[in-house]
Amino acid sequence: MMKHELGPTAGGGNTTDGKNGGASLAIEARGLVKRFDGFTAVDGIDLEVPRGSIFGVLGPNGAGKTTTLRMLLGIIDPDEGLRRTLGHERPHEIAHLIGYLPEERGLYPSMKAFEAIAFLGHLRGVPLKEGRKRARAMLEEYGLDYAATRQIRQLSKGMAQTVQLLGTLIHEPELVVLDEPFSGLDALNQGKLEGMIRALAARGTTVIFSTHVIAHAERLCERIAIIAGGKVPFTGLVSEARDRLPQQVRVELARDDGTWRAALPGDARQDGRFWHFSLPPGGVEPLLRALIEGEAGILSLSIERPGLHDAFVAIAGEAAARALADEKEAIK
Amino acid sequence: MTRTPRFRILGSAWVVARRDFVAVTLSKTFVFFLLGPLFMILVSGLAGGIGAQVRQGMDRPQLGVALPAGEIAPLFAAHEAMQDQLAGPVPELVVLARLAPGESFDAKAALGENRPRLAAVFTGTLATPRLTGTEERVGQWQGMVATLSAAAREGVDTPAVAPATEIVANSAAKLERGRLATAQAGQMVLFLLTMLLAGMVLSNLVEEKGNKIIEVLAAAIPLDALFLGKLFAMLAVSLVGIAVWFSVGAAVVMAGGSALPVLPVPAVGWPLFLALGLVYFAMAYLLLGSLFLSIGSMAATVREVQTMSMPVTMLQLLVFFFASYTVAQPGSTMELLAVAVPFSSPFAMLARAAQSAALWPHLAALAWQALCVFAIIRIGSTVFRRSVMKSGSSRGRAAKRHWLARGKAEKRRWFGRSTLVIDTRAGLAG
Repeated sequence: MMKHELGPTAGGGNTTDGKNGGASLAIEARGLVKRFDGFTAVDGIDLEVPRGSIFGVLGPNGAGKTTTLRMLLGIIDPDEGLRRTLGHERPHEIAHLIGYLPEERGLYPSMKAFEAIAFLGHLRGVPLKEGRKRARAMLEEYGLDYAATRQIRQLSKGMAQTVQLLGTLIHEPELVVLDEPFSGLDALNQGKLEGMIRALAARGTTVIFSTHVIAHAERLCERIAIIAGGKVPFTGLVSEARDRLPQQVRVELARDDGTWRAALPGDARQDGRFWHFSLPPGGVEPLLRALIEGEAGILSLSIERPGLHDAFVAIAGEAAARALADEKEAIK
Repeated sequence: MTRTPRFRILGSAWVVARRDFVAVTLSKTFVFFLLGPLFMILVSGLAGGIGAQVRQGMDRPQLGVALPAGEIAPLFAAHEAMQDQLAGPVPELVVLARLAPGESFDAKAALGENRPRLAAVFTGTLATPRLTGTEERVGQWQGMVATLSAAAREGVDTPAVAPATEIVANSAAKLERGRLATAQAGQMVLFLLTMLLAGMVLSNLVEEKGNKIIEVLAAAIPLDALFLGKLFAMLAVSLVGIAVWFSVGAAVVMAGGSALPVLPVPAVGWPLFLALGLVYFAMAYLLLGSLFLSIGSMAATVREVQTMSMPVTMLQLLVFFFASYTVAQPGSTMELLAVAVPFSSPFAMLARAAQSAALWPHLAALAWQALCVFAIIRIGSTVFRRSVMKSGSSRGRAAKRHWLARGKAEKRRWFGRSTLVIDTRAGLAG
């Protein structure tokens, strides 16, 4: 644990346009709580998202990701806690600096694609005429100029999602929040979207996206927060999440049994000739010595760093188990 | 780029209102929406016209005449001359028999024959008239038969003693009766229009919830702006509909000319009455629309909307009945109550405009209604804000200030010492 220092807007002041507040952080949240009809959807979440980063919010379904994002955007107010988005404590007032793609995609079916994009920009302060111009240019840039005058209902799901994403970006926001942006997209469109997110970050835009597909976060994010049971059991660098689990050893042995078996760690499990276990605290050398002395016949040995997926499963699983235990305790 | 909150709400409301207005008025369904009531008016007009014609043909009763041959012509001449001066509807005369001297006629038998319009029979002579018919008909017509007989006998086309006449434009009784009819008609039109149009805002919102667009809107603009934008867009759409229907109605009236019944001139005159009608419609619409929007924000499905809006529809009916009940009692406690209750006030005041020429009550009522509209829109938008995204605080403004103050205190406490955030910079491994 270390002491936390606030940026220049500490103490509750808002910047006039949100551009200079909270110098290095795009988002700060402390102890956010949200309850719906007695159910605590978010239970004391703390978050810090550095400016200009790609930040992943990971969590199983129903973990509280969407509720958290909605609170950070000011769509809903927290019951407890504080948030500061782009240095502003009332994020809804700087909606023109934020782009948001909700999990439930929503466009007017009878609107033409370029009109829909321009309308989304108009909602965030871009004049309609300018918005139409930008919309056509963006559609052209993403190879969808042929669909500019088609009605949304005539577009495929992937195209409609791209249109909505362009509408999210048309006002050139400083912060882009994407709630489950990859859901419903095929592999090609997922690749395109990853490219778009990287391009945004390269321009200095902060991108936050939620997902329950870990591979996207592993490829895109520098930092992540894992949300489970309405809490954040982990927030930090992707590498740090992976480091939370011990490295995994995989050793292939020629013999099935021998005195060397006593040297194997307690969590060792056999899969044919292979043995899997966590890297012991003292390293692998003492074990290797025992295997060699016991004539186990080492055929291969690998020490693997756990993936983010494993780390996520472990962290989220622990959190879920804790939440369940807390709930049982509360019922008692 | 940051705008003041009020300007931001109004600006955002304008964006929503413009989109909704354009989207609704340029849609194909809007044409059907406009045509619906027109068809209704046309069909009921046609049915009414045909029905009236048939009824007129069927209803005008006949008085059968069986008199000596020489007395029939004078009787018809007197009937022709005097039918406009006799009280009540004068029956059509039909000759049943031209009797020779000494010849008799069986009136009862004639009435038993298959003559559906024959209501009574005039026999005897002009000097000794005899009327045969049902008790009701005899009671109605015996005076007329006596007068016609006397006039025919004397060969004159006016009664012996004709009163001197002086024509006045109106009497107090006629004015009051006429304006009451105008007041009732005004209330009825206002009720039908609000009933027809206020629900539109509900379907618009449900559609957007179905489209999932609501979260996109809620993320970009204040929910108050969304509420206001939708409400005023639908009001504007309604006014377009009313303009079209009234234009068509006016054209029909002009084409129909004097054949159509014309309502008596309201006390404030037609132009002001119509203008007040429009303003009162807007007030009634905004009040009801706010209720419907709040309901729409709480409902997830069309079925829920239908169930939840039922009490409001009943309330509309009650309000109308209440206002209608008080229309004949201007100045009474009940009428004043109808004026004071926000939902019945537009109806009660429109009736007043028909019955009283005083204008200051309208200014006062409009100010009161505007205040109520503002308050109900505020309440409605609060419910909307809380329900539509399951968002917002249930606290009031004072409580909100308290919450903010508490937040700052918590912030000092939090940020003045180590936080609960896991310090990732110190490393998490192991």
